[in-house]
Amino acid sequence: MHMKLLSRVTADVKHTPSAHSTLDVLWVLYDRVLRITPETVDAPDRARFLLSKGHGPAAYYAVLAAKGFIPEEWLDDMGGWDSPLGHHPDRMLIPGVEIGTGSLGHGLGLAVGTALGLRAQGFLDTRTFVLLGDAELDEGSNHEAIAYAAAIRLPITAIVIDNRSATHGWPGGIPVRFPNWGVSVVNGRDHDEIERALRVVSDRPHLVVASV
Amino acid sequence: MRETFIDTTTAILDEDPRTALVVADISAASFTTALRRHPDRVFNVGIREQLMAGVGGGLALTGMRPYLHSYAPFLIDRAYEQIKLDLGHQETGAVLVSIGASYDAAAEGYTHQSPGDVALLDTLDGWTVHVPGHRDEVAALLRAAARHDDRVYVRLSTQENGRAYPDAGGLRVLRRGGPLVVAVGPMLDPVLEATLGMDVTVAYTNTPRPLDTDGLRTLVEGEVVVVEPYLAGTSAHLVGQALNGLPHRALHLGVGRAEIRRYGGRQDHARAHGLDPAGLRRSISAFLL
Repeated sequence: MHMKLLSRVTADVKHTPSAHSTLDVLWVLYDRVLRITPETVDAPDRARFLLSKGHGPAAYYAVLAAKGFIPEEWLDDMGGWDSPLGHHPDRMLIPGVEIGTGSLGHGLGLAVGTALGLRAQGFLDTRTFVLLGDAELDEGSNHEAIAYAAAIRLPITAIVIDNRSATHGWPGGIPVRFPNWGVSVVNGRDHDEIERALRVVSDRPHLVVASV
Repeated sequence: MRETFIDTTTAILDEDPRTALVVADISAASFTTALRRHPDRVFNVGIREQLMAGVGGGLALTGMRPYLHSYAPFLIDRAYEQIKLDLGHQETGAVLVSIGASYDAAAEGYTHQSPGDVALLDTLDGWTVHVPGHRDEVAALLRAAARHDDRVYVRLSTQENGRAYPDAGGLRVLRRGGPLVVAVGPMLDPVLEATLGMDVTVAYTNTPRPLDTDGLRTLVEGEVVVVEPYLAGTSAHLVGQALNGLPHRALHLGVGRAEIRRYGGRQDHARAHGLDPAGLRRSISAFLL
C-alpha cells in the first residue's frame, strides 16, 4: 500500500535515492515500533520521531498517509501553493510531524533536548527516535550531539540511512563516528532486521545504521 | 548583572518545575548548586553552542521553558541558524541570556564581542529583547519570561547605570525638554551626562524589542536621537516605521561597523565608538544645531 502512495507523491518520475532510501525504515517505525497514532499526536507521552533528513520527504508523507495522519489526497500536490506538504516538512502544517527540517544537522540536537525534556517530566518509557542521512552526518552540529548523548548516556535512538552519499565517505564506517553508543547495522530493506534493531532499549544512546 | 542572573535563575529553577537551564561551559561553575539540585533540568553540554540551541529547542518542544546562556558572540552569532530554525521555525521559544555585550570583553578582542546580536535577532520574527541598564532590572525580566513560551533575549552587560528603572519596558521619560533622546539600557548614564544642560527630552527603555512605537510617536516632535549599546542604526527601521508620515530627522548612535583592532578596556572602546559622554555630546550637539 505505501509503495502505491509513494508513487502518488512522486508522480512515478522522481524515484530519487533520497526519497526512497528511508521508506522501509519509516514503514517499520510507524507500523511496528512507534507508540503514536493519529489520535495521540498531541499526547505528552507519545513516542517521538524526528525526521532530521527533511529533504526528499516523499516516503515520510506516504507513510503518514498510509497510517492515517494525513489525507491521501494531500500527496497529489506536494510543493503546491495550497498544499501543506512541502519539499521539506513543516511541523506547523502537518499533523504528527514533530519538527520542521530541511536544513541538515538540526534533528539530532533537537532529539537530545526532546529526550531530556521527556525525562525531566517523568515520561521515562517514552522513546525518542531521530533519522539522519549518511551525508547529513557531514554537518558538524551532529557531532556535538553524538558526543554529548554518549557522555550523559542519554537513551535516544539515532537511525542513519547509509546509501553512501557523503561526498568524502565515512572511512571505517559510520559506527566509529558514534563512540560509546550501542550499534546495530542492518539491511535497510529487511523489515524484521530493522524492527529488531529499533526495539533495542538500553541505558545509553543507540545507533541503527540502515544500509540501503 | 551576571550574579543577579545566576541567583535569580537558580531560584526560578527551584520554584518552577517547567524551567530548565542549558549552558555551554560558560558560567557553569556558578550554576553548581542548580546542577546539583536539578540534574534532570540543568545541563552543561560542554563547549557546544549549536547543540545548546538545539537542546533548548527540543526541551521547548516537550513543553518546558529553557533558559540558555553564554557569551553573546557564541550564544547568538555562532548559533544563528539554530536560533532561527530550532526555535523560530518550530514555533517554540526560549530565554536566551548573554553576557559580554558589545565590548565588555575589550581585552579579549573581537572574538568575544557581539555588537551585531540584536541586529541578527531583528532578522527573525517575534523576539522580545531586554537590555537592562542596572542589575536591579534583571530579576523581574527573567521571572516574567518564565511565565510564557515566547522568544526572549536578555542582554547583560558589565556597564551599568547608577539607578535602576524596573518599569522601563516602554519609553520612560526621565528629563523633559526639547528634542527626544532615547537611551537603551546601559547607555542611559552616558546620555544623561552628555546632555547635561541641553534642552532635550531623555527617555529610557530596557526593552528595545518590541520598541515602544506609540511612545515614540507621542514624544517625537521633529528630531529624535537613538543611542543604543549595539550596532548603530539597529533600531532605525523601527523608528522609521513608527514615525512614518510624521516629519522628522533622526540620528542613530551606537557601535560602529568597523572592527576596532585594539584591546584596552570597555571605556576605551566606548570612546573609540563615540559612545562616551564627550563623544555623545559632540554627535548630539552637531545634529541638533
